[in-house]
Amino acid sequence: MSAAVDVTPVQQGSSLPRLVMVTLICLVLLFGAFVLYMAAQPLFGVILLALAVGVGIVFGANRFYGARFIFPGVAAVLIFIAFPVLYTIYLGFTNYSSFNLLNYDRTVAVLTSRGTADPATEQPFNVARDGDGYRIWLPQAGLLSSPVELGEGAEAASLAPAEAPADLLEPRDAIALRTGLQSLTLTTPDGAALVNSGLRTFASVTPEFVVEGDGLLRRSADGALLTANNATGFFEDEAGNRVPPGWRVNIGLANFERVFTSEGVRAPMLRVFVWTIIFATASVLLTFSVGLALAVILQWEHLRFRSIYRILLILPYAVPGFISILVFRGLFNQTFGEINLILNALFGLSPSWFTDGSLARVMLLIVNTWLGYPYMMLLAMGFLQSVPEDHKKAAALEGASSTRVFFTITLPQIIPPFLPLLIAAFAFNFNNLVLILLLTRGLPDIPGTVIPAGQTDILASFTYRMAFNDSAQQFGLAGAITLLIFVVVAAISYLNFVAMRRAAGRRGGKPT
Amino acid sequence: MIVERPADLRRKKILAHGFLIIFLALIMFPFLMVVSISFREGNFTTGTLWPSNPTLEHWYLAFGLDYTRDDGTVVVPPYPVLLWMWNSIKIGLIAGIGVLALSTISAYAFSRIRIRGKAALLDSLFLIQMFPTTLALVAIYAIFDALGGVTPVMGLDSHTALIVIYLSGVTLHIWTIKGYFDSIDTALDKAAAIDGATPWQTFRFIFLPLAVPIMSVVFVLAFIGFINDYAVASVLIRSESNMTLAVGSRLYLNEFKYLWGDFAAAAILSGLPITVVFLIAQRYLVSGLSEGAVKG
Repeated sequence: MSAAVDVTPVQQGSSLPRLVMVTLICLVLLFGAFVLYMAAQPLFGVILLALAVGVGIVFGANRFYGARFIFPGVAAVLIFIAFPVLYTIYLGFTNYSSFNLLNYDRTVAVLTSRGTADPATEQPFNVARDGDGYRIWLPQAGLLSSPVELGEGAEAASLAPAEAPADLLEPRDAIALRTGLQSLTLTTPDGAALVNSGLRTFASVTPEFVVEGDGLLRRSADGALLTANNATGFFEDEAGNRVPPGWRVNIGLANFERVFTSEGVRAPMLRVFVWTIIFATASVLLTFSVGLALAVILQWEHLRFRSIYRILLILPYAVPGFISILVFRGLFNQTFGEINLILNALFGLSPSWFTDGSLARVMLLIVNTWLGYPYMMLLAMGFLQSVPEDHKKAAALEGASSTRVFFTITLPQIIPPFLPLLIAAFAFNFNNLVLILLLTRGLPDIPGTVIPAGQTDILASFTYRMAFNDSAQQFGLAGAITLLIFVVVAAISYLNFVAMRRAAGRRGGKPT
Repeated sequence: MIVERPADLRRKKILAHGFLIIFLALIMFPFLMVVSISFREGNFTTGTLWPSNPTLEHWYLAFGLDYTRDDGTVVVPPYPVLLWMWNSIKIGLIAGIGVLALSTISAYAFSRIRIRGKAALLDSLFLIQMFPTTLALVAIYAIFDALGGVTPVMGLDSHTALIVIYLSGVTLHIWTIKGYFDSIDTALDKAAAIDGATPWQTFRFIFLPLAVPIMSVVFVLAFIGFINDYAVASVLIRSESNMTLAVGSRLYLNEFKYLWGDFAAAAILSGLPITVVFLIAQRYLVSGLSEGAVKG
């Protein structure tokens, strides 16, 4: 590249302020990394550490002067795009879901914090005011607690025999303190622990599970010993029965096996995949042909009011997409929508746009064409201008009709530069999550599937629903399917790359 | 084309105008409908396309004001539209500025500074930009869920988290600005280098002032892109008061609480500013769009 500037680190003034700055930033990043590491998030800690090292080297040393300009952008791409993509793939190999949401330590904490109240020890209580704090009075046992605050955090207090206190709160006011009461543990003089077991009672609570050793829990109810199974991410008894919740573990290729071998997953996914391809292809073809046709008409020099037409025609592109899509959702509504109102008045028809699969697909394509044609029209208008006028004139003189001129002269000349943009449009529609989520949510559902899959679902919305809409929140499975989408997108992306190179080569070769 | 009989030309003109007018009528139908619905009584179809008893009720509610009907009942706004709008604008502005800064400086580096492996970097950047953030939603959710355990600022339901992840939009815009920088005469930076300017000074005092037009294009495009985002925001944002317009608007057309009229007014109120900005800037925006897409 002849355009490049030779980068020689020119020292101007002192570099001290810069070095101080870099040191400060590095220290902040290192502190962040330390905090993340201490909070049991070593992966994120390592990322911050790497960032700190990168900043230190690139901005600290003079010989990396040129890299300073490129560092922020590259770091952003690595952290905000590459890392989430890789992390998604990693999640595809785990059992991350609403059943296996936490890590091991948190799972043990959740299990051991569960308890059942012993009805034999259940007894009513009163709250007595004590200066700024309170005391708990258990009338049956005649025990009074040491002063407590009943604030946000966990609290413990010991009980001692005493006379009934005078200043008891009304039950209603005691209920208002229930957050504090629920995190309070009282210890009786003989060492038993009592906790709040109901609105008006305290009782001794036996924990459902007790830690027996590393990876072992004892279930209090039947004395069964539960073993942590790191292959499934659950505590299991001897018969292999799982005790939810579990924790997140690596399960290898299990998600992918499910995708490829489980009929209940594979069959709907295949249908979704086919529809995704049809949807993206049809959207590109429809928007392209409508946009091109309009561009050709607008390009005609004998036509008046061209600029007014142009402004009005690009309106759908100017309005924020989410608003237009929601407007269509309302207009197409079967019972309250204006489109059916008109169709009913004119033809006595009332199509069920949202419950009939084929009609829902037609509706999606109509809306997407409406949304997308102005972009194609604008691009086509630009490319049409670059078609030499004398080619068209020569053809017309030879007696070719204007249709013939369009298809033999104009179209072949604008397709090559258009191709990368069409591929990009295909990729965009392949992942057109906003349209599907706001218009149909993928509904109507395909009947008889194990996982929810709709007739208008595209792969992206299918995984979205699997991860965020369904009650089971199968993040791991969604990650596995996303990996498959990545493969397709990578292929499209590479195709686009090649087409772009060709287009650039063509333009580069053309004398101007 | 050049030799055409006047009668033919006339027929063609009528055909073209006729086609365009019918087409426009179809295209404009949703807009006209929404305006009419926003003045219509109630939240359901009343059987007429033209409001028979125009009312400002939906507009009062959209602006967050209580509305008192003729019979004395007071209607309160169902959702905080103006708050959502403010959230959207705030997030869009901050993320837009961040993206602009990152992409301008990267574009300058890619266009002008000699770095080893630049061609490979550019190629991988091109390939990576095709991966939209929406594909990594599961990971984004998991990451911010975990970070939220460390500090709520970076957790779910936080605007900071949303802004941070929006910075991933930087790749597309690097191309747009780089295309523009590539078209600037290299004699300029050579002259600056001879005068003893460092690359940073060349960037700061020569390229930055020249890039103001393309930077405004990129900023507006990025801003509109962030306002329009539904997928990422819907995954990260939970509480109604933190929602952006795109996430919140969806609540209006819920099967169990269908507020068609209220939605129409809110949609116009929130959509109009962006539409106007876009139409004013459209000529520049369009050139920015195709430049960025074609220049490799």
